[in-house]
Amino acid sequence: MTVLDIAGLSAALHGGRPVLRDVSLVIGEGEVHGLVGMSGAGKSMVARAVLGILPAAVRLTAGAIRFQGRDLVGLDERGYRRLLGRDIALIPQDPLSALNPSRRIEAQMTDVMRLHLGLSARAARDRALVLLNEVRIRDPEAVLRRYPHELSGGMRQRVLIAISFACEPRLIIADEPTTALDVTVQQQILVMIRGLQRRHGTAILFVTHDLGVVAKVCGRMSVMHEGMVLEQGAVADIMAAPGHAFTRALFAATPRYDRPVEALAPVPAAVLADIAAAAQAFDAGRPC
Amino acid sequence: MVRAGMFRLLANWRVALGGFVVLVFVVAALGAGWFSPADPLEQDLMLQLEAPSAQHLLGTDSLGRDILSRLIHGARVALAVALVAGILTALLGTALGLAAGYLGGWPDMLISRAVDIWSSFPPVLLSVILVALLGTGLHSVIVAIVVIDWTRFARVMRAETLKQRHMDYVDAAVVGGLKPGAILLREILPNVLPLFVVLLTLEMGIAVIVEAILSFVGLSLSSDVPTWGGMIAEGRQVIYQAPWIIALPMAALLALVLGLNLLGDGLKAELDPVLR
Repeated sequence: MTVLDIAGLSAALHGGRPVLRDVSLVIGEGEVHGLVGMSGAGKSMVARAVLGILPAAVRLTAGAIRFQGRDLVGLDERGYRRLLGRDIALIPQDPLSALNPSRRIEAQMTDVMRLHLGLSARAARDRALVLLNEVRIRDPEAVLRRYPHELSGGMRQRVLIAISFACEPRLIIADEPTTALDVTVQQQILVMIRGLQRRHGTAILFVTHDLGVVAKVCGRMSVMHEGMVLEQGAVADIMAAPGHAFTRALFAATPRYDRPVEALAPVPAAVLADIAAAAQAFDAGRPC
Repeated sequence: MVRAGMFRLLANWRVALGGFVVLVFVVAALGAGWFSPADPLEQDLMLQLEAPSAQHLLGTDSLGRDILSRLIHGARVALAVALVAGILTALLGTALGLAAGYLGGWPDMLISRAVDIWSSFPPVLLSVILVALLGTGLHSVIVAIVVIDWTRFARVMRAETLKQRHMDYVDAAVVGGLKPGAILLREILPNVLPLFVVLLTLEMGIAVIVEAILSFVGLSLSSDVPTWGGMIAEGRQVIYQAPWIIALPMAALLALVLGLNLLGDGLKAELDPVLR
């Protein structure tokens, strides 16, 4: 069954400059879909559109975002409040700032469960302990009493991941969840997200600029640039034979331990120019 | 946890010294009945303008009343005004500041313009007019302070709320499906609380001064209740014969306000997460 079906989504700034151009992608139940691209490609814009938290200056101009068959475009705040945290959750990018500095971990973890699952304070606390065990935090009782600044970056990200799985959502948006962590921790966190995702059967839209991450956790992927999806398909297929020149260039620009640094090449200007021309052609065909 | 926090706070000399000074005044005011050596209203016309002596430690005023006792009883009025007016001002200003900063749009517009207009009035003149309209008395003094000084809180709290509103954890709460009211109370309020405490302490100092000004011009309490402002006014008339009569209440005023400001400054340094 399809969990998320984004069809022909376009968005533009108030001035008319397009930021998303006809983005379509489908995520099935329990599927992990990687959304790859350089910064400014529009990946996060897609994620924010699904969550209904687009910046005030950006407006959707066309398309639909169907979550379990229901279109989220134009859904009001109340509708979103019922959905977010319960059916759709977010693993944020920066674990340092996504936790409230002046509240204990317990309060921040139980908020969502008490709100959406109607749990008592005690039941929510018990569930928080189970979740912390699941994200392999050693002394969960102690962690619940801590403030965010008393935890390391990796611990904080584990807490945030535990919160995102708290209400057994159907879909999780992971917005570069490992970018702010150091490399050794990244690996653990990725393995953990993958494990949780399998056990809970959650679909994940995994936003990242790191192809290595996509290879490790995603089943399917979309490559974006200039707000357009350039290539889409199974990760194994695309890795074996990238169809778009941009994807090939992206692979060439990814650092790998088995290649010397000199082998890294930036994306060729000609490829970028082609994409820009395609974007312009698209804009010309659809006046804003 | 809390105890460790108290120790850390007291290690700051401003907090320790300011807190000590304020504590001395609070104890004196609470125990005014025990500490004052004489009745602050009892006149002894044979002993006018007496210099400090064993019988009257700080001397007597022009009606032969014991100055030390009057100072101690005056502290009651000063601290009562500081506490009540300070807290009411803080609550009103903070509520409006939070609303403006969090809601944005027309509520922000309305509140911010009101602050601008308020701030363009000279505060002392405004308070004198207000008390003249409301009639003299402690409640009028408190109302005057609240009506004039709420802008101080509203302005600062609005700016802080605006800053906090754009933090990632607020986004995270929105994405968790929390209602705006819950986000304001549970996510934002705890983060503006340190600033609230600091401003409240400073506001108390200001309230003490305003009360003294109003009682100096005879617009506070009736003259049978000892106030520092009233004592300064009386002392002014005999400044050449007995300068200590005006100097002592001024010193008390100075010490209390200085104590409150020190405490506020110290708390600001200790509670500000950036400076910490």
